[in-house]
Amino acid sequence: MMDEHTTTTQAAARTAAQAAPPVLSLRGVTASLGARPVLRGIDLTVGRGEVVALLGANGSGKSTTVRAAVGQVQTSGGELELFGTPLRRFRDWRRVGYVPQRSTAAAGVPATVREVVASGRLARRRLGPLGRGDRAAVRRALELVGLADRARDSVNALSGGQHQRVLIARALAAEPELLVMDEPLAGVDLLSQRVLAEALREQSAEGVSVLLVLHELGPLAPLIDRTVVLHDGRVERVDGTAHLHDQACHPHAGSSAEPTRTGLLT
Amino acid sequence: MIDILQPAFMQRALLAALLVGVAAPAIGIYLVQRRQAIMGDGIGHVALTGVALGFLLSTSPVWTAVVVASLGSVAMELIRWYGRTRGDVALAMLFYGGMAGGVLIINLAPGGTTADLLSPLFGSVMTVSPEDVTAIVVLSGLALAVSFGLRRQLFAVCQDEEFARVSGLPVRLLNLLLAVTAAVTVTVAMRVVGLLLVSALMVIPVAAAQQVTRGFATTMGLAVGMGVLVSVSGTATSYYADVPPGATIVLLAIALFAVLSAAAPLLNRARLRARARGEEAPGRKDRAGEREGEGREAAEGVTVVR
Repeated sequence: MMDEHTTTTQAAARTAAQAAPPVLSLRGVTASLGARPVLRGIDLTVGRGEVVALLGANGSGKSTTVRAAVGQVQTSGGELELFGTPLRRFRDWRRVGYVPQRSTAAAGVPATVREVVASGRLARRRLGPLGRGDRAAVRRALELVGLADRARDSVNALSGGQHQRVLIARALAAEPELLVMDEPLAGVDLLSQRVLAEALREQSAEGVSVLLVLHELGPLAPLIDRTVVLHDGRVERVDGTAHLHDQACHPHAGSSAEPTRTGLLT
Repeated sequence: MIDILQPAFMQRALLAALLVGVAAPAIGIYLVQRRQAIMGDGIGHVALTGVALGFLLSTSPVWTAVVVASLGSVAMELIRWYGRTRGDVALAMLFYGGMAGGVLIINLAPGGTTADLLSPLFGSVMTVSPEDVTAIVVLSGLALAVSFGLRRQLFAVCQDEEFARVSGLPVRLLNLLLAVTAAVTVTVAMRVVGLLLVSALMVIPVAAAQQVTRGFATTMGLAVGMGVLVSVSGTATSYYADVPPGATIVLLAIALFAVLSAAAPLLNRARLRARARGEEAPGRKDRAGEREGEGREAAEGVTVVR
């Protein structure tokens, strides 16, 4: 696990992780959609500050796993814990930032980028109004994904990649400790992929844990601590970073050294 | 314009029109956002059973309509949750049942005939009584408190329900609250535009506003402004021209929608020009970057799954 890329922050986070319960843990989790079993016993742990990627073919249960992890798919067996608390009793949702799979269906009424991102703040405010601190957090989240200059634009006017960045900013606005993302790179141009990689790198350096579904690692490869490959509702293989680097077809050093400034902010 | 405020019945009519003009689009915007613009119609059909029950029990039809319409809209919400596949048929049956129930019950009431339903169906704002005014003020106050006070929460739920649930928002409670508030609004608007045209006042101002807006808050503000404009001016028109107020209000709203739809392309073109002037240099760089990104995507797309 430990290699030359491991920064001191990550090492410190790992030491802490040994003492504290994992941020997310699934043990033998099963679930069905209708009569069809989709998860046949998933074991998965995300430690504090870890970035874990879920890979696998279509229909292997990746999306179902992350949706089960945030309580959006009813599990039929096994144990699922968030921050050491069984999902059933977990109420501290402000600690979880969720980025659902981007849907192409727009809502019936236009909304600005800032309005959508601000709704992420409700994880902390619940039924109360938003205040000055909330507005500052929304601004920070927009800057993290490089969309501060589009805050007043309609989300319908954005490209697929920009829209995905809005959804990630919405999750980041609550300043979560765990980010759960369902296919954040699907249909996203390379420019946006790099912006996302940079945003994730900053979050992970601050000790935020990440669980994300991916089809390919792309520019995220250098950030990922572990990949979990699913097949037919079971964990087929778990790979650490060193193994991943062997498999990556291009040297990641080049892409991670490249500046991720987008030109959108200038 | 002053003589219109002289008769007491016109004062009450204009107050009712004003309140409904604010409340109907303020709740309707959430239904439109959730792509359930038709729900107001359904609630209107069910409310008819409530009106007829009021006749049968010799109590104020407004309050029985509020109760029955609320039950109906809660039932629609439950059908939305549980009846995924056959939901639309179940909803249709609820609509028909509400209408048929109203006609049946009104004929059971002593001295009641189907003709008694004409006024709730098409509105009768000129005959709003002082007691009606009390009910309208209380109920529209409730609707406004919910739609403005919880606008961020309702926006989040209607925009992305799954995300709202993971945020820990009480999504079911908010959905039920929205359903009941929509039912209350329909009942209030019944006096002004009638149950058959209630949905128009909830939907058309929102549809018209979003022709020219980019955000939710601005759409809501503009829709409420247009709701007030058409309902008050429609009521005033019917005072002078002897035309039915409900139909006048709805036709005015449609005319406003047509005007804004025609104006929208011009406005968008002006915005694009302003935008192009504002960010000429970085805009060009950005586009070049994206083109480059697309070209390289295939080469760099790496799959580790084998």
